[in-house]
Parts: sequence; structure tokens; C-alpha cells
Amino acid sequence: MTELALARAQMAMLFAFHILFAVAGMGMPVLMVIAERGHLRTGHPVYAELARRWAKGTSVLFAVGAVSGTVLSFELGLLWPRFMAFAGGVIGLPFALEGFAFFAEAIFLGIYLYGWDRVSPRLHLASGVLVAVGGILSGIFVVTANAWMNSPAGFALADGVPVDVSPLAAMCNPASLTETIHMTLAAFAASGFAVAGIHAILLRRDRENLFHRKALEIALLVGGIAAVLQPLSGDFNARFVARNQPVKLAALEGQFETERGAPLRIGGIPDVASRTTRYAIEVPKGLSLLAFHDPDARVQGLSAFPRDEWPDPLPVHLAFQVMVAGGTALAFLSLAAAWRIRKKRERLFDRRFLAAVAICGPVGLLCVEAGWGVTEMGRQPWVIRGVMRTADAATPVGGLLLPFAFFSILYLCLGVASVWLLRREVAASPFFSDGADAAPSPVSGEME
Amino acid sequence: MSDPATLSAVCILASLVLYALFGGADFGGGVWDLLARGPGAGDRRRLIAGAIGPVWETNHIWLIVAIVTLFTAFPGAFAVLCTDLFVPLTVVLAGIVLRGAAFAFHAYRLHEERGAGRWGAVFASASLVTPVFLGIVFGAISSGRIRAAGPLAFTGDVGVWLSPFPVSVGFLALASFAYLAAVYLLLETNDPGLREGFRRDSFRSAAALVFLCVLTLGLAAVDARDFFRSLTGGFWSIPLAAAEIAAAAGAIASLALRRYPLARAFAAAQVSLLLIGWGLAQYPYLVRPDITVFSAAASPRTLRFLLGALAAGAALLFPAIFFLLRVFKWEAISGSPRRP
Repeated sequence: MTELALARAQMAMLFAFHILFAVAGMGMPVLMVIAERGHLRTGHPVYAELARRWAKGTSVLFAVGAVSGTVLSFELGLLWPRFMAFAGGVIGLPFALEGFAFFAEAIFLGIYLYGWDRVSPRLHLASGVLVAVGGILSGIFVVTANAWMNSPAGFALADGVPVDVSPLAAMCNPASLTETIHMTLAAFAASGFAVAGIHAILLRRDRENLFHRKALEIALLVGGIAAVLQPLSGDFNARFVARNQPVKLAALEGQFETERGAPLRIGGIPDVASRTTRYAIEVPKGLSLLAFHDPDARVQGLSAFPRDEWPDPLPVHLAFQVMVAGGTALAFLSLAAAWRIRKKRERLFDRRFLAAVAICGPVGLLCVEAGWGVTEMGRQPWVIRGVMRTADAATPVGGLLLPFAFFSILYLCLGVASVWLLRREVAASPFFSDGADAAPSPVSGEME
Repeated sequence: MSDPATLSAVCILASLVLYALFGGADFGGGVWDLLARGPGAGDRRRLIAGAIGPVWETNHIWLIVAIVTLFTAFPGAFAVLCTDLFVPLTVVLAGIVLRGAAFAFHAYRLHEERGAGRWGAVFASASLVTPVFLGIVFGAISSGRIRAAGPLAFTGDVGVWLSPFPVSVGFLALASFAYLAAVYLLLETNDPGLREGFRRDSFRSAAALVFLCVLTLGLAAVDARDFFRSLTGGFWSIPLAAAEIAAAAGAIASLALRRYPLARAFAAAQVSLLLIGWGLAQYPYLVRPDITVFSAAASPRTLRFLLGALAAGAALLFPAIFFLLRVFKWEAISGSPRRP
């Protein structure tokens, strides 16, 4: 592997790891706030226990997210110093704002986790809301920086240096709105379905337990609404990419030649050598219709662009297929859940439906990884599209295999440890029945 | 003093002071966890974990604020630091990850493990290593060895950071953090045994701090001459040194008289003055001798937006941080800790 490939591999690994915890940091607080709100409204202890346990899980996920996020803010400079030397003054502002949103999240998570007996119930709930707001805002600010890399704005170039900089225009670049909405919905869908999947597995063993029933309902509510809205947001994104980044659209659809009435390819393997995408199911005129809302619209293929500005269509197309397939599955599952609740609530806890939810548990997270892959690999060979190539951004430091190996092993251990800790927590499932006098359960209590 | 580049540098220094006073003390807590021995060790470790638990993540973010302000306001300087100090910064990052994650895992299982166990050991060792390398980074950017006149390049010369002055700054950082933690922890408990232990540790770390201050100053005279000249030649040099000595004397006297809230104020002043002195001596350089706050500054509009964002953020955050401390540290702040 070349040093550039090692730098890219390390950055990809750090992001792939961090994004899972970042997504949890955005989604989990919403779940715990809904549960606590349920407790304040009904007084039923099952909601309080749910909020406590979800908060405890969030504390571990948030801590790992916080430190892995710190690593990323340094690694931007350690691995891509020339990118940061160029971009810091243009797109640093959202990172500073993200810092404050993150501050709010940490402060109020501290109060939420350790303050059950120290602040009033209302103040406690309000702290939870602020955790959720902080989490969502910090996600949005960071994604605007990524949107800027896809769709640079807010500066002019003079001798390779940014001049006439407008940090606000950079932050509010054309891609910001579509990307931030897509990522926020993705975070809710992914964390909602991951949590729903876990409780679905437990419900299959312990079907009458109100604890898991309520958990499943709340998680499906949050995940389901997001998953149903996500295809709409995806459509906005795809149409934006079609207009703004046509070479990325060509790569993610496996479209080599420019044509009118381009087909939508489902599956298939793009082959750069022969400039064709094989084995795809082709829906006639589908791509033109979806990307431009016109069946005869002209879609530019990769061939319309210089060869050295192509992203590698193979991983981009495959990741895109995974994301779309997974997102579609989650949207249909959510509609099925809504239909079942409408018919009879009990049908949500039908064994076959629970199995479907359990299987779909990891799908949202998989889609997040795939979607991140699409936007990052689809932007190559640029780090800032049309402005700076990834190869020109990399550090002159050599021997990058060592930090790559070190952080890979470290993160592997952290990942395993987090899963192992959360598994124990999940396995000790408290029992609650439908009666008001819930069976006493070993309340974990705050962590003092 | 009021140009936006200088103001941005002042904001970085202010974040670093807050990081040292709050986040640094959390690292120091880990050091005392590591050094806890004997029959009372379990109690000490539990006290330390209880004191750090609700606040460490918030405290940690001051470092993130400093970094994002650095790379937004002075992007070129950030690029040079990340290249020439790649190794110590990577060690700092590894330490931050290990300390934070291990502490979270450790706190999660604290009830069962009685404050000991694997995660506790990782947390404590990472708390020892990270401050040293963080200090080395600060020493290195003052030492005058990082050259950045030409295009970005990596010399591969470890001497840039592995030389007497930066290493001594590293240990100075470690001693400061341990000292702050010991003095703060005095106010987290009413248990006479624990208090006496931390009082002893406060004296020990105060002695180490004084020794390392003198040593670092001496090493600066031979190993970081420009920095030394700037540190000793300013109009502020003598008043600052006098204030530093007064704060140190005040802290030791308060500890001897068991006036712990006063000792805490003096100790915090002592560490803040050290950093402020470093900042004054470093000014206008960010990385001696080639990069100043003016040569590396981003566009004036970026700096204005950044300063506006920092001001707005501070206006929203300081009340929230005060609330956090009010909820969890009131007994410690008012000097009447809860009984364990």
C-alpha cells in the first residue's frame, strides 16, 4: 500500500468507527427523552427504567464517540495537513460551532446521567432535551463541512490560496441542506432500528415483558418516521448530485456512456476496463426519471469526464446499492409496523414481525456506513471537489502503517468492549407487567 | 492587543487555561488513582472516580475548542504542528482515547469492581502518559526547533520534540495536573484519612512542581534561548514571577493551615499563571521562530466570525457549565463536602 492509500485507509477506518457512535449520540437521547416523557405523563415506572437504561447505554456510546471525535479533529491535520492549511480558515467555523453544540450535549448529559436525584423531574427532562438538541446540532455542523468538500463555496482561488473568504457562505454551501437532512434522518433511522432490533430479539424470548414492548414501540416510532421520510430526502439528494456532481451520479449508478432515457440499474458490477456495468437489472428510463424527473433527460456518463477525474465506480456503485436497498427495506418495514398498529397493537408483537425487526436491526447502521462510503468515495479523486486532489492533501510524514495498525487494533478493542458492556446490560432485562404495580426490578441506579 | 489575530490567540490560551484547570485535574486524578496503594486505595479510587464522573467529558471539550480555534484562525500553523509533531500528537490522541473510553467503561462497572480492575488500570496509565506528551508539544513549539520557512515538509527529526526543554515541560504539565487534582480532591471528601492522604500528596506534588519550574527555566536558558529571553525580558516578567511565587507560597501556607478552599484558589492561580506566562513569552509567535499569529492568521472575516461564534458560545455555555458545577460540585465549591 502506498502512503496515500494508508492515510486514506486510516481516515476511513476512524470515520467508519466514529460515525456509529455519532449516530447513537444523535438518536439515543431522543429515545430516552421520549421514555422519560412517558414516565412524567403516565407515572408508570417502566418508562423511568427504560429512560435510565437507555441513558446508561448512551453514556458509554457518547464517551467513545467523544474521544473518537477528538481523534478525528486532530487527524484532519495529522493525515491531511495541506487540506487543513487550505480549508481551516474557510470551513473551520462549523467545527467551532460544533464544539459548542457538543459542549451542551456533554454538560446536559452529565446532569441527565448523574442528576436523577439532584434536579427536579422537569429540569431533568429539559436536560435530556438539550442533550438531544446538542447531539443533532453537532451532527449537522460537522456534515456542513463535508457538504462543503462536495460543493465548495465561500471563497475565490488566487494562486492556490483561498481569498475573499466568507465562512457563512462556506457553511451554507449548496449541498448543506440536502446532506444534513439526509444524515439526521439516517441517524434516527439507524439508532431507532438498532434499538428496536435488540428489543425485538429479547421480546421473542420474553414476549409479555412490558419493558421490551414499550422499548420496541418508542424505537420503532423514532426509527420508523425517519425511515419513511428518508426516501424523500434521498430523492432530493440524488437530484442535487445529478445537477451538481454529475460524475458522482455516473459512478454511483454505474453509468459509463452519456445517454437520453438512461436506465436505472439495480445491482450489477461496473467494469472500468470494458466501460460497462454487467449483470444489472435495468429499469428502462428509470435513472433519467429519478434523477431529473423526466424520462428522456440526458444523463452524463463517466466517459464524458477526463479519466483522471473518475471515482472508482465499483465500490461507489455497490455501496450505493446497499444503502438504497437497506433504506427501502426499512421504509417498508416501518409502513408494515404502522399498518399493524392501526389494525391491532398486539400484532406488533407477532413472532414473525419481531423476527423481521430483529433482522433489520443492523440494517440502518449498515446503510449509514454505505452512505458515508458513497459520498466520500464518490468525491474522489478530490478532497475538495474541483479544488484540491486527495493526493495533494496528504501528509509528508511516512511510515503511516504504524498509526493505522495501532488505531485499528485500539478501535477494535474499544468496539468489542462497548458491545460486551452493552450486551451485559441488555441481557439483564428487568421484568415489568401491564399492571400499575410493576414487579420490582433491580434498578441500576445512577452511577455514583 | 485588540486585533482579531491576537484576540483569537488569546481565546486559544483561555481555552487551554480552562482545559488545564478542569481537564488537567481529571488527568491528575488518574495519576493519583495509579499511585493509590495500601488499605485505603479502594476508597481513594472511588472518590476520584466519583469526582471526575459527571464532569470529565465537559472538561475535555476545552481541548477541542482550543484545537478548532487553532485550525480555523491559524490553519497554516496547525498544518505545521501536525506534521512536525506527528509522533507526540499521535501519542496524546491514543492517551485521550484510552483514558476516556477506559474511564467510561470503568465507571459503568464501578459497583461490581470496587474501583479496581482492568479498565481502571488503563485509565490510570493513560492519565500519566498523556499530560507528559501534551506538555512536550507545548515545549516543542517554544523551543525554536520547528522550522517552517519553506513548503510543508517532514524532517523526521525526533530532536524537534525529544530534547531536554520540551521533555521537562512535559513533566511540568504532569506535575501541575497532579497537583491540581490533589488540592481539588481535598474538598471532595470529609473523611479525615482520605483528606490527610491528599494533603500529603498536595505537598509532594507542590514540591515536584516547584522543582520542575526551576529546572524548566534553567533548561530554557540553554535549550530554548529565544523563548527564555522573551520570558525573562518582558516588562511583565518580574510582576508575573512575583505573582507566581506569591500564589505558590499562598497555596502551601493554606495547605499547612488546612484552609482548603483558599489552597484551591491559589493552586489554580499558580497553574493559570504558568500558562499565561508561557503565552506572553510566546507572543507573537505561534511556532517559534517562523510562524507568528499574524503570518498564520486566516482572513479577517473568518476571524471576526470565529470570535463572534466564540463569544456567543461562551455566553450560552458559561451559565450551563455553572449549572453543572452547581449541581455536582456545590459541596466541594463551598468547602463542605458530603459525607461519603
